[in-house]
Amino acid sequence: MREFGYERAVDVAEAVALLGSDPEARFLGGGTNLVDLMKAGVERPALLVDVRELPLDQVDFTPGDGLRIGATVTNSDLAAHPDVRRHYPALAQAVLAGASGQLRNMATVGGNLLQRTRCGYFTDITKACNKRSPGSGCPAIDGEHHNHAILDASEHCIAVHASDMAVALAAFDAVISYRTADEPGESPITGFYPPVGDTPHIETTLPPGALITGVTLPPAPVAVHSRFRKVRERASYAFAIGSIAAALDVRDGVVRDVRLALGAVASKPWRARAAERALIGGPASAEAFATAAEAELAAAEALPENGYKVTLMRNLIVAVLTELTEEVSR
Amino acid sequence: MTPSTSSAITLNINGEKYLLPVDHRTTLLDALREHLDLTGSKKGCDQGQCGACTVLVDGRRALSCLQLAVAAEGRVITTIEGVADGDRLHPVQQAFLDLDGFQCGYCTPGQICSAIAVIEEHAAGWPSAATDDLRPDAGVPALGAEEIRERMSGNLCRCGAYVSIVQAVARAAEAAGSEDKEAVA
Repeated sequence: MREFGYERAVDVAEAVALLGSDPEARFLGGGTNLVDLMKAGVERPALLVDVRELPLDQVDFTPGDGLRIGATVTNSDLAAHPDVRRHYPALAQAVLAGASGQLRNMATVGGNLLQRTRCGYFTDITKACNKRSPGSGCPAIDGEHHNHAILDASEHCIAVHASDMAVALAAFDAVISYRTADEPGESPITGFYPPVGDTPHIETTLPPGALITGVTLPPAPVAVHSRFRKVRERASYAFAIGSIAAALDVRDGVVRDVRLALGAVASKPWRARAAERALIGGPASAEAFATAAEAELAAAEALPENGYKVTLMRNLIVAVLTELTEEVSR
Repeated sequence: MTPSTSSAITLNINGEKYLLPVDHRTTLLDALREHLDLTGSKKGCDQGQCGACTVLVDGRRALSCLQLAVAAEGRVITTIEGVADGDRLHPVQQAFLDLDGFQCGYCTPGQICSAIAVIEEHAAGWPSAATDDLRPDAGVPALGAEEIRERMSGNLCRCGAYVSIVQAVARAAEAAGSEDKEAVA
């Protein structure tokens, strides 16, 4: 591992200024991904700016009855928070589906959003990877890709985003707040992760040097009936091979409101807007759910080893929407 | 200006203060094992996948292999060496002994530190991925086998002693629960 300096910031302005002092500096949150990548030689910062003690560790109601979640709130505290569990249960479920109890105690909301892909070629510095080393190639396309993207991938990179939490945040139209040296700013999470295209090394639209300060969830009464379901290769403590966050409001058998986001299918949490459009105002039936799923997945492009994901996601959408329909009508 | 790549830090471990110089690359796990002779915490994978290095940081379980020592300054650290009350074993340690919650023992310090925290997290009302309805009004289900397996999933056991580990955690949780009731009475 490369040697590095360490500074602990006490306020946001100091953290941003410290980061700006060194072009090779990185913010350190819980470190569960960054420290691991530093050991692997994927990340080689010259300076770590520790932001764990910044006063961004609260979850509060916004004036409009949404929730404002600070960037240094741990995954554990977010998932245990009564207002998250009451008003956005799929978000608590998504966080609890990720990692282990130890890691959730360490990991922060800001760091979770910025975690890197677990593509085995990205994390192995002896291999080519356009994300880690632009222009070197993507061995996953002809190699091991059973857990790679089926939506919006490019010939340059087919890696998937690793976060479960971000899938629920995408379903609920979360807005990410950040701070640069000059000014505060914000970005909806649905625009936070840019298309892969020929720049897979550019993973977010966050301005250079910016610190994520929090996430705001707009009020979403539909989220009271929401679920997150994750499919993985063992029962717990593994990354998703497919996941879904869904919220549903049904009255008299008609879909009044619906939110759908899919995980482990693209380089970003995938908001399933085509499926939502197909569902709104229509019947809450298994047939309609399947039609909506197919509308969303029509654009899927499978490789030899990951075609199962198209079927998996279709079935997940139908199953979770069916469960929610039953929950709503109880 | 090149920043300094090492620091003199003070770590608070098991109620004792340790002053030590560290290269910033040093993990808490390496500081414990290589610098302070606290070798109870084990290095299994060194990449956050096995749980053998689990310690308590400010009372919460954490992986010491992904925790930089310099970033642990100012926090209260408890390792397996610090969980007993003098010669009296921690109830979780006793339950692991009584129910054979191990075979080779390598993962055991991490299992025990994790289990101590699991029982506290459950008592504090934290749900888990095994909790069917995690809305606060639904309450948290009893710490049965399914909940224990999910909550302990960050601790791997190469020997596969899981059946006895689950029993040991359940017994320790029951003992802690009945103590709480006595305290209330």
